[in-house]
Amino acid sequence: DDKLLSEPLSHPDFFNVKELFSLKDLFDARVHLGHKKGCRHRFMEPYIFGCRLDQDIIDLDQTMQHLQLALNFTAHIAYRKGIILFISRKRQFCHLVESTARECGEYAHTRYWQGGLLTNAHIQFGSGVRLPDLLIFLSSLNNVFEPHVAIRDAAKMNIPTVGVVDTNCNPCLITYPIPGNDDSPTAMELYCKLFRMTIIRAKDKRRQNEAFDELR
Amino acid sequence: TLKLIYTTATVQRKNVGASGPEKYTEAFIKKQIEEFNLGKRHLANMMGEDPETFTQEDIDRAIAYLFPSGLFDKQARPMMKHPTQIFPEQRKIQWGEDGRPFHFLFYTGKQSYYALMHETYEKLLDVQKNQDQLTAQDLPPQKEKRNLAGSRWLTKIELEEMLLEKLSDDDYSRFIQLLQKLVTLPCCDITEKYIQKFSKEVPAQLQKVVIEPLKYDEQGVAFSTGEGTRKTARATAVVYDNGTGKITVNGIDVLHYFPVLQDREQLLFPFQFLDRVGKHDMVCTVSGGGRSAQAGAIRLASAKALRSFVTEKEVEFMRQAGLLTYDPRVKERKKPGQEGARRKFTWKKR
Repeated sequence: DDKLLSEPLSHPDFFNVKELFSLKDLFDARVHLGHKKGCRHRFMEPYIFGCRLDQDIIDLDQTMQHLQLALNFTAHIAYRKGIILFISRKRQFCHLVESTARECGEYAHTRYWQGGLLTNAHIQFGSGVRLPDLLIFLSSLNNVFEPHVAIRDAAKMNIPTVGVVDTNCNPCLITYPIPGNDDSPTAMELYCKLFRMTIIRAKDKRRQNEAFDELR
Repeated sequence: TLKLIYTTATVQRKNVGASGPEKYTEAFIKKQIEEFNLGKRHLANMMGEDPETFTQEDIDRAIAYLFPSGLFDKQARPMMKHPTQIFPEQRKIQWGEDGRPFHFLFYTGKQSYYALMHETYEKLLDVQKNQDQLTAQDLPPQKEKRNLAGSRWLTKIELEEMLLEKLSDDDYSRFIQLLQKLVTLPCCDITEKYIQKFSKEVPAQLQKVVIEPLKYDEQGVAFSTGEGTRKTARATAVVYDNGTGKITVNGIDVLHYFPVLQDREQLLFPFQFLDRVGKHDMVCTVSGGGRSAQAGAIRLASAKALRSFVTEKEVEFMRQAGLLTYDPRVKERKKPGQEGARRKFTWKKR
């Protein structure tokens, strides 16, 4: 059992997430497009490649690195049977995110966030509830263009976060930020596809390893 | 343990199924069901009937016989029903042994409601995709008009019962708006079945008043009957055609039965209105009430009878004149702390 859990940690890319995406895929899905110069957040400046006609362009090399780290982390969490919660407050992609979560066998929350969901969980849900082990933000702002409350709550409850941060978002409290576009449908579909594939891969790997252990 | 007694629908219903963690554990309900079955067999033995074929109606009759109660409210009387009817449906624990919740929207808080919204939106997208496919194949879009007149959507309470969750008014109105949007699109059979889950038939309440045709007695004279009530008086009138304007009440002539002019005027009013004063004969029977009430009852009865003799336009005129409306005024009850229905006791300043 110990070997089952410690073996993936010795490799830098045990689940081989690098092959799932390429720079061209990101470019075709318009992940590099940011908001206008006026909307730029100060802490996003290191991730921005440049500015063309007032529109910020995100550095896709950095995005590749961050995306690889984030996907690797989610794969490890899924391998160790953690609870993953997808969060997005964009109305256009609510259905997409919920269907992605359902197909993975994980959970989603694309609706109005009630204040005490994470911090007051034992009273809201009942005692003995298990909180999510990873939050994935597919858009880290809520409908009023403020940072989502769940980022702060996850930091309070020691829950790691993975989040797609656009040029107007604050990447501070997110453990694995992914600088990239969160407004285009193509970009969102790409992210959903990548997360779905990593989680399914990790779960399949886990089942395989458990089967091998039982056979011995 | 706190036992919730079944309350009426009019009383503010506490949706026990949605309020937080379980109040009744599964073991408790199982024990209650066992006790109920045991009690049912004892009751059957007491009444001298076969315990195997003892139905719920037999139980109700037995309880009504053994514990007679004069209480007005049926729900307050002693009752013995199956525990599933007394203890409302509860939501069981939402997560498995390893802690992972069963439903994928568990962490939203209102999982069934949001799941419903998700499913409805999916149906909407399916319909739109279908339409796009049809336009791509250059087929005309289907135009099916659903009959919205005979159906209504589920009320908020019914939806809460269906989902076992508390809803807010905003949530409910959003869901209904989504359903209405789905209905406006040319839907196919699949969505029909889905929508039928959330709509209820409303039986047509307006019944067209049927005017009975004229009947003919032995001499070939046309007649028709009508019934009328006023306060406590009940009257039936038979109006004959080709008459001289003779009116008989309870076998007595109208002049002797109603000495007061006002009452006879009331009787004549329908005929006067239709300009048929001397053309009809009337025989009526009346009981109950007082002088004026009986006159009013006969007036209504005769007006109803005259509908058969007259065109629809004149019936409409009669209705507008108030001849065909039942008078709902009755004596108002006296209230405590007052001398009469409205009159208060004399107010003294000191």
